[in-house]
Amino acid sequence: MSVSLPALLSQLLLGLVNGSFYAMLSLGLAVIFGLLNVINFAHGALFMMGAVLTWMAMNYLGVNYWVMLLVAPVVVGAFGILIERLLLRWIYKLDHLYGLLLTLGLTLLIEGIFRSAYGVSGLAYDTPDALSGAFNLGFMILPKYRAWVVVASLVVCFVTWFLIEKTRIGAYLRAGTENPRLVEAFGVNVPLMITLTYGFGVALAAFAGVLAAPVIQVSPLMGQNLIIVVFAVVVIGGMGSIMGAILTGLGLGVIEGLTKVFYPEASSTVVFVIMVIVLLIRPAGLFGKEK
Amino acid sequence: MKKHWITPIALACGLALAAGAAQAQDKVRIGFITDMSSLYSDVEGKGGATAIQMAIDDFGGKVLGMPIELLTADHQNKADIAASKAREWIDTQNLTMLFGGTTSSTGLAMAKVAQEKKRVFIVNGAGTSALTNEQCSPYTVHYAYDTVALAKGTGGAVVDQGGKSWYFLTADYAFGHALEADTSKVVKDKGGTVVGSVRHPLNASDFSSFLLQAQNSKAQILGLANAGGDTINAIKAAKEFGINKTMKLAGLLVFVSDIHSLGLKNTEGLLLTTSWDWNLDDKTRAFGKKFFDKTQRMPTDLQAADYSATMTYLKAVEAAKTTDADKVMAQLKSMKIDDFYAKGFIRADGRMVHDMYLMQVKSPAESKQPWDYYKVVAKLPGDQVFTTKAESKCALWK
Repeated sequence: MSVSLPALLSQLLLGLVNGSFYAMLSLGLAVIFGLLNVINFAHGALFMMGAVLTWMAMNYLGVNYWVMLLVAPVVVGAFGILIERLLLRWIYKLDHLYGLLLTLGLTLLIEGIFRSAYGVSGLAYDTPDALSGAFNLGFMILPKYRAWVVVASLVVCFVTWFLIEKTRIGAYLRAGTENPRLVEAFGVNVPLMITLTYGFGVALAAFAGVLAAPVIQVSPLMGQNLIIVVFAVVVIGGMGSIMGAILTGLGLGVIEGLTKVFYPEASSTVVFVIMVIVLLIRPAGLFGKEK
Repeated sequence: MKKHWITPIALACGLALAAGAAQAQDKVRIGFITDMSSLYSDVEGKGGATAIQMAIDDFGGKVLGMPIELLTADHQNKADIAASKAREWIDTQNLTMLFGGTTSSTGLAMAKVAQEKKRVFIVNGAGTSALTNEQCSPYTVHYAYDTVALAKGTGGAVVDQGGKSWYFLTADYAFGHALEADTSKVVKDKGGTVVGSVRHPLNASDFSSFLLQAQNSKAQILGLANAGGDTINAIKAAKEFGINKTMKLAGLLVFVSDIHSLGLKNTEGLLLTTSWDWNLDDKTRAFGKKFFDKTQRMPTDLQAADYSATMTYLKAVEAAKTTDADKVMAQLKSMKIDDFYAKGFIRADGRMVHDMYLMQVKSPAESKQPWDYYKVVAKLPGDQVFTTKAESKCALWK
């Protein structure tokens, strides 16, 4: 098969854009799993909420994209805190499966509510004026907005990594993951830390949702389509590994992009094929530590 | 000895089964199986069920003295779910008519069940022309549209306007393949060429990569052989990447709900083929308004067809004085259909033959009110736009 270099370059770039979404979402999942041991299936629904909220704010209140980039994560994050306080904290002692089931139930509920309100065809959200138009890179036309998605998500991912791996708060967090009782004995309010962590992970999902609003048609189903892939990304990267989640997200986006050129029919399955191979060779994931 | 207690249980099971089968017919049950929750649920879905119920109510709620009951189920676009639900209803609920919804793979699966169990099967949402061609059945009625009509309508019109070289963006399942094949045939017959195609998974969210491949093909026309959410996201991304500047988009299956969702700004000028629009005349507008009052949305052509097909079926049952599938099918194939949806008749191969419309999406300035999206470019005569006798491979129509 002959694929020209420019075509390949442009597909790599597009893969990076999708990878940015995977990275941000799998990062949130990894942070939540790391501290709460909860497999947060509601992540896709919360991502969708971020996007729909952005649409609602624009449509009903005239609030623009840039404001929502801050407000949507805060509002959805607060909703996440509510979920953690009211529901999740009762099941920490139980098997992982219960967290998965609970959050799956929440997903169906949230998506169902939005579906009955807005249907599935979706809601049109225009690219903000400052980012409309495109760069002509010679080998391809890159819409400015897609470039912005990559930059914004890399910044957010890096800041999160820095917070968790290099700061004092991050140190508490990591210690809390290892041995919550001991950390509590040192006077750290672990339950509060857990609540805020969940809120933060959820806010990341909502932020990704706002970023996605102008790219993917805003629809109650938009999270569903993405979340399964993101779970595979987390499994491949290794549960609970921050850098692993980011790098795997970006990497798989690129691999998926290349598959779309060489064998498009497999583009929705390639991630799972990789997952199976990784699980066979390194059951803890590429960046995970064997326990 | 274990045998002793197995025998009575087996006997009880047998009796229960026999009792189920022998259940006296006290109701006429219509079972509607479609996508109620995923990417095609806006084009038919719950609105389709509403339309069928409206027809039942308008008919008086009873036929042959028996109340009419509507059962609905969500097949989630999975052929196995659709087939097993149909089987279950026929076996346990004594279903008299199976109503198939969107997604061709499910339509083909249900047609097989209906044929095996001898039940009338009417299908609107599924598009594949195989339903009345290679895989035709004496119990299938394909009512609203099919991929051949879409291909001859939109494909033919675009080639006539000078769009000679095509590239297809195709949904990777029965419907997409059928639509691509049928349209390619029309394009080639009219002297055009098909440069290539790319097949995307159903419900793909990112189309940019596929679109760049299409653009590299240097074809004039990008044929969208997909539907629903996939078409919407493809059109959106085509605009974002400026592909609509170098290629002309031809939406092969576009519904009024898709236009509503994308907005006229994104769709202006798009050519498409449809079986109906609410804004054609006073009768269609009356149905549109009645439907809107119930659902807050204008009906798609499929939902209008759901109403019309239900009415037609109930009239056939009344005329045949029985729900027996063979007799009702004979009645259906001998009667004339004339209502707000269409004027037509059901052919030997199960195809309901009626005129289709080639439409162009209005500009925002031309649109006078919400949901006023289409202007009629041409009326496509039913005897030409569907599969012709010469083209048909259906044994029932020889």
